[in-house]
Amino acid sequence: MGSLALPRAKSLLARVMTGVLTILFLGGVLVTLTAWSNGRQAARQAYDRILIGAANDIAESIRIIDGQPVTDLPVSAFELLAQAPDDRITYAVRGPDLTLLTGHETAPLREGRGDAAQLYDGEMNDEDARFVDVTRRFSERDFSGVVRVTVGQTRRARDQMAFDLTLDALIPVGVAGAALVLVAFFIVRSALRPLEAIAGGFSQRDPYDLTPLDDQNVPAEVGVILHAMNRFMQRLDRQIDAMRNLISDTAHQLRTPVAAIRAQAESVTEEGDPERAQVAIARLLKRTRSLGVLLDQMLSRALVIHRTDSVPRALVDLRDVALDIVDSRDHELLAPNVEVELVIGSDPVLVSADEFSLSEAVKNLLSNALRYGTPPVRIGVKQDGDRAILWVEDAGKGPDDAVLARLGSRFERTASSREDSAGIGLSIVMAVAQAFDGKVEMQKTEHGFSVALVLPHVAEDQA
Amino acid sequence: MKPIITAALIALSAPLAAQEATTSFGSGPTVLTLRSTTDIAIIAPVLEAFTEDNADLSVHYEQWGSNALYEVSKEACLTDNSPADAVFSSAVHQMLDLVNMACAARYVSDLTTALPPSRRWRDELWGLTEEPAVMAYNTDLVDADEVPHSRFELLDLMRQNPTKYRGHIATYDIEASGLGYLYAFNDSLEATTFGALLEGFARADAVATCCSAEIIDDVASGRFLIAYNVLGSYVQNATATNVGVILPEDYTLFLSRAYMIPANATHPSEAARLLDFILSPKGQRIVQQMGLVFPDDRSETGLLPSARRFIPLRPPLLVALDRHATERFIAQWRDAFAAPPIP
Repeated sequence: MGSLALPRAKSLLARVMTGVLTILFLGGVLVTLTAWSNGRQAARQAYDRILIGAANDIAESIRIIDGQPVTDLPVSAFELLAQAPDDRITYAVRGPDLTLLTGHETAPLREGRGDAAQLYDGEMNDEDARFVDVTRRFSERDFSGVVRVTVGQTRRARDQMAFDLTLDALIPVGVAGAALVLVAFFIVRSALRPLEAIAGGFSQRDPYDLTPLDDQNVPAEVGVILHAMNRFMQRLDRQIDAMRNLISDTAHQLRTPVAAIRAQAESVTEEGDPERAQVAIARLLKRTRSLGVLLDQMLSRALVIHRTDSVPRALVDLRDVALDIVDSRDHELLAPNVEVELVIGSDPVLVSADEFSLSEAVKNLLSNALRYGTPPVRIGVKQDGDRAILWVEDAGKGPDDAVLARLGSRFERTASSREDSAGIGLSIVMAVAQAFDGKVEMQKTEHGFSVALVLPHVAEDQA
Repeated sequence: MKPIITAALIALSAPLAAQEATTSFGSGPTVLTLRSTTDIAIIAPVLEAFTEDNADLSVHYEQWGSNALYEVSKEACLTDNSPADAVFSSAVHQMLDLVNMACAARYVSDLTTALPPSRRWRDELWGLTEEPAVMAYNTDLVDADEVPHSRFELLDLMRQNPTKYRGHIATYDIEASGLGYLYAFNDSLEATTFGALLEGFARADAVATCCSAEIIDDVASGRFLIAYNVLGSYVQNATATNVGVILPEDYTLFLSRAYMIPANATHPSEAARLLDFILSPKGQRIVQQMGLVFPDDRSETGLLPSARRFIPLRPPLLVALDRHATERFIAQWRDAFAAPPIP
């Protein structure tokens, strides 16, 4: 796989699994400690009962014979202690003055008094041991006092039981933990599969394929990413389209004028008559100018299309756009004798758009009217319900219906058009209208022919 | 109950007796000291085979009375004074007490773990033999129809034939022999027959004496007609042909001689080698030949499995050594027996 060549950042799967394992490990430590403590306690209780039982058995067996306490050591007590089969045993029966009556002198005596059975830890021949101390009171004619019975046992069986209990508790926990790790692994992997699918989809894609990915049948989180990517790809697609159009337009539009210029230039060089050569040069100059205008328009269109995608929209007052264009008086270069009349109201007419793009569009509308229409030319802004309209009107009767039907397409140049006429201007207007969710309306009016850029109106309080 | 005789009486068995006999096996440079209650004649084939297989070892064998062996082992444990490398005694309650006093070293091997739990304690004490406590009788002097097959029949016999058996019934002196004490003590735990038996012994002027080999010799010579609770292995090894063996049918006690390696032994690993040798198939074969493992064959012994009572190497044996229990038991015993005649 080519992915091996990618920088090996820690994968999402590894991150999540590290987290899961950490949680499980901490849980496991907690469970182990609990199980161990429970096991110890259970073992302690179980064997403490045995110890107490044996001590009580021994205490019960004490009789007073001839004024002396005598133990009839019961085998049952030792059978009880032998429940811990491998543990050593010590016992001692002591009289009121703590002299040993029977048993082992080494059995440690518990400090302090009290009739209740007392349990304590100690040592038996350097081995940890547990002891119990029970007392029995006698009030006989010939003997009165307390006899103390001490029984001790090493802790091998206790430790073994605690260990076994802990192990018994931990084995299922361990199995469950392993199962959890496995399940977590598969869940995390399946959760991350859409991401892999996206990556796989992209890596296998044709580099020029910018069609959107399916963002419906995926988890919501991934859907967000996909949606954003689709939008990005859409923009990219439009930009690439625009570039492609620009290149092909340029090639298409420039081929004829450049060929004409070349032909005229050749004819100038071959012309012997200086007077006719002068005329030819003048024509050549005019052709060159016209070519310049065409280039301007094409670049302007590319720029407009680029901006509609890449520049964020802002609130624009259409009146400002119209006013700026009339004020700049660019149109006087084009048609010095024509007066342009501005028709605007007192209320702002707001739209959400890019001001530069709009003013390019309007410039084109105006120059078309000046070039092809009949004076006087009027430019105006009005609001009609939720439509914000910027219109340009001349007194002519407009193009033929047949031409009108084809207008706006990029390469439109009327059959009767003069050398410098370019339908490209209207296509800029159309592209801008489309970019800002509007349209271009052309109609014959009482004054003549009107072309309007219609955009959705934005109420002032919405801004 | 008769008055209890004071503790001072116990002191009679306390003075340290010296070993009864010593001998050596093999000529290896490392000398393993083995102290045991087993008669040299019986243990000899085992130790000969052992030293033959282990040329680097020789065994210094000391034969002791069980009480003396207990005392010397205890002293060796507490004072570190000339401990043996291994102790092997039939008085298993005393051995258990030594282990309980943390006098033994731990050892584990495949052979020791194969022993049943009743013949192993803490991996510090191992029962190596299976020897029944039997009744021996003189086949020439006791009529075939009189031979008692259980304790009840023995009681009946003593009651019905008081004159013939008066003074001619023998058993271990439980004060002189730890093994005798152990047998008697287990009898007292095993069945109520024991009280009746003591009374019967008292009426029949039974003799308490020592020890297995001597008792069997006396049975052969006709000095005793019946001996109660003697080691079956010794009867089997006796040369006399006129000594019969009875495994009591009500129950027969089985004893496993106990082997231990003292914690302060000089040659513990060599002692462990001897242990493994005795437990090995070869060692067990020799032990069986010497009668130390009684054949577990019903057709031969006529013994029901339920009548086989093993004396397990378990903590309840400690009761047998309790001071009060010993005092009371010996007092009861003395009531029944007259002082043994000087042999």
